[in-house]
Amino acid sequence: MSALRIEGVSKSFGSLDVLRDLDLAVAEGEFAAVIGPSGSGKSTLFNLVSGLDRPTRGRVLVEGEPAGVASGKVAYMPQKDLLFPWRTVLDNTALGLEAQGVRRKEARARAGALFADFGLDGFQKSYPAQLSGGMRQRAALLRTVVLERPVLLLDEPFGALDSLTRTEMQLWLADMWQRHRWTVVLVTHDIREAVLLADTVHVLSPRPATVVERIGTGLPRGERDFTAPGFAAAERRVLDALRGPTAVTAG
Amino acid sequence: MRAVLRSSWPPLLVLATVVAGWQLYVTAAGVDPTTLPSPARVVTQGWANRRDLWDQTLPTLEETLLGFALSFAAAWLVAVVLDFSAAARRGLYPLLVASQTVPVVAVAPLLIIWFGFGLLPKMLVVTLTTFFPLAANLAAGFAATDREAMRLLRSLGAGRWRAFRLVRVPSAMPYFFAGLRVSITYAVVGAVFAEYAGAEAGLGIYMQAQKSAFRTDLVFAAVAVTAGLSIALFGATYLLERLVLPWRQALREERR
Repeated sequence: MSALRIEGVSKSFGSLDVLRDLDLAVAEGEFAAVIGPSGSGKSTLFNLVSGLDRPTRGRVLVEGEPAGVASGKVAYMPQKDLLFPWRTVLDNTALGLEAQGVRRKEARARAGALFADFGLDGFQKSYPAQLSGGMRQRAALLRTVVLERPVLLLDEPFGALDSLTRTEMQLWLADMWQRHRWTVVLVTHDIREAVLLADTVHVLSPRPATVVERIGTGLPRGERDFTAPGFAAAERRVLDALRGPTAVTAG
Repeated sequence: MRAVLRSSWPPLLVLATVVAGWQLYVTAAGVDPTTLPSPARVVTQGWANRRDLWDQTLPTLEETLLGFALSFAAAWLVAVVLDFSAAARRGLYPLLVASQTVPVVAVAPLLIIWFGFGLLPKMLVVTLTTFFPLAANLAAGFAATDREAMRLLRSLGAGRWRAFRLVRVPSAMPYFFAGLRVSITYAVVGAVFAEYAGAEAGLGIYMQAQKSAFRTDLVFAAVAVTAGLSIALFGATYLLERLVLPWRQALREERR
């Protein structure tokens, strides 16, 4: 059974069609990337999967159930880290659990158990402002992962980082995923990021968006790297799909 | 502590200069002390009457603190209601703003007529003068909460109350303290003013009595006590802020 299945979904805001007849499936333990030109409705898709919004037509199923905030099946990591300045790093990472109604003490214990794995050990009592950008993103991911929900939804998680830190974080996430095999949907506009991390890259068309191409990166698991054989070719395929037929003839 | 000393010497220097100029002028021109007493005279006479002054300070302080406590509770209640209900925001907020145009000078004597010479009318004057900056800042603080943060909490399944407690209250705290500092400086003045309108004890009624007895020096001494009280309460808000918002302190130290 697919962990996430999007069936013929359309979404309009008034007369504006943002998504049209979009199909997408992500298997359990799969890392999927969704990439598209800016303004192609990535965030709309995101809101539908996280259950914050409902499709105009079609269905979004998470583990066979319609997506909804109440079902508690999708953990969402927003673009901004949204760590709260008044909470220590440990309290921030426990926030998701607390928001679900887990008691504070237990929430802290569960989040604290992951600190070493996320390279945050020793920073439990620091405040977010005292962390580097990369560490803040790791803390935000920890806050998402500790919820142990079946699907992780990451919205351009490294978009705000400088390029060196972003590369480091991408390699770190690739490594973390190898070890944990979460089911991940990554929304991004970074082709290298999508190819490095994902098993399948779903390429969206301009608005109204639909999936125009599914590209299995076919790269070996294990030591994934930007220099892996076939990496450049996979990047090329994603780029061509993004440009679309018109752009190819024009270019 | 170092920082406090560093930031307080410039105003103290200005104050010392003004006081010295005042002393020089009064001595050189031989001004009648019932018109303008010298600072030295204010201090010595104030000290000589310290028992009296202290006895009058206590009721004023009591009115200030009780009135402010009432204001504090009412401000939280109103700000929470405004935050939760759009209807209340539309119906109530304009009236709150309009209520600020009613002069307390006119209301204070009426309160005495309605509630007598006791504690209550003074408390109410303090509440009236301090309520608005507190409530308005608190409501603005709730409203300024990051919308993305609210979405995140909603996606995690947090209900309205839980999201309010986890995000809106803490993110409103800096606004709240800004409002607290504005309103607490009005509080003592509000109490003194209420006593002016009619009271049996307190710094306000003391000032009035001394003025009638041409003891301008003691009026000044009472003014100095009033100012001292306000400054002490103002300073106390910083202590409270350090207790409630330890993260702001951590940030400040980080920036050094």
